Amino acid sequence: MTDDNHEPSYLQVNGQTIPVDPEGYLRHLEDWNDAVAEQLAQEEGITLSEAHWEVLQVLRQFYQQFEMSPAMRPLIKAISAQLGSDKGKSIYLMSLFPGSPAKLASKIAGLPKPTNCL
Amino acid sequence: MTTLHLINKTPSESTALGDSLATLSEGDALLLIENGVYAAMPAYAEHFTRLPRTIQCYLLNNDALARGLNDLNPDFAAIDYDGFVELSCRYSKVVSWF
Amino acid sequence: MSDTKKSFLIINRKAPYGSSAARDALDVALTISVFEQPLSLLFMDDAVLQLLPDHQATLIGQKNLSANLSMLEMYDIDQLYVCQQALSLRGIRPDDITLNITLLDSQGIASLIKQQDHVLSF
Repeated sequence: MTDDNHEPSYLQVNGQTIPVDPEGYLRHLEDWNDAVAEQLAQEEGITLSEAHWEVLQVLRQFYQQFEMSPAMRPLIKAISAQLGSDKGKSIYLMSLFPGSPAKLASKIAGLPKPTNCL
Repeated sequence: MTTLHLINKTPSESTALGDSLATLSEGDALLLIENGVYAAMPAYAEHFTRLPRTIQCYLLNNDALARGLNDLNPDFAAIDYDGFVELSCRYSKVVSWF
Repeated sequence: MSDTKKSFLIINRKAPYGSSAARDALDVALTISVFEQPLSLLFMDDAVLQLLPDHQATLIGQKNLSANLSMLEMYDIDQLYVCQQALSLRGIRPDDITLNITLLDSQGIASLIKQQDHVLSF
């Protein structure tokens, strides 16, 4: 759902005011850090574990290399390649980032919303 | 009265390059910007071999680097945005070809 | 499901920057791949300039299209074709291209088009 009233949205982290878009994605990639990730996760009702962090790391690397956030299929492919095929499964990613893992994990990783993502 | 000619299209996406080359006068300058910088690829060098020697040729370096162009026609001097401004002031008019 | 599949060809004919054509073609390619339809990409005319590596697009405030194209493989988009004449006209050697791509002459392009259910042009 998009926010129609175009009020600028912000995230408050350790006294810092960080701009986000109406859907809660960071406006500036460089604003991201561990504390921001934890706050973004908390807004989604997720407490970050080691298992979450390693997925976020793969996503950040994907973005660094290709300059786009991955949809589900390339995300699974990247996770398989980096973390092993037992983790490169949509059911595993669903357990960590319920609902729409590619969108949710990109948001928490501080990346733009993946386009072409169903 | 000399003119700075700006070209911002590739040699095949419009007739801008050919049209401008046909209308240059002695002492004019040519500056390739945006997609125009592709004309400085060595494969297009033939277009420029018959230009009078009083014509200075330039290209905007940021536009070349952005497109991954490294090996370019040595007859073109690479300039930055400040150089662009400087050239625009040095010539009495600027004509854009697109 | 297999009988509902349609093959798609996207023809790219424009340079990477200076218009939105290259980016539009990429967006459509990624969308088609999400629907798991057979997809081929053909680069001809100025679009072969998209295949030059190492763009530094931030210098002109753009996203790096060459980085985006190297991502196609991650979407299982691996049927990539390039027009041989368009390359040689611009002095680009096949070795200059880092993507895994097949060279085609006009005859080859004609038969590629003939095989498709749908052809989209950018």
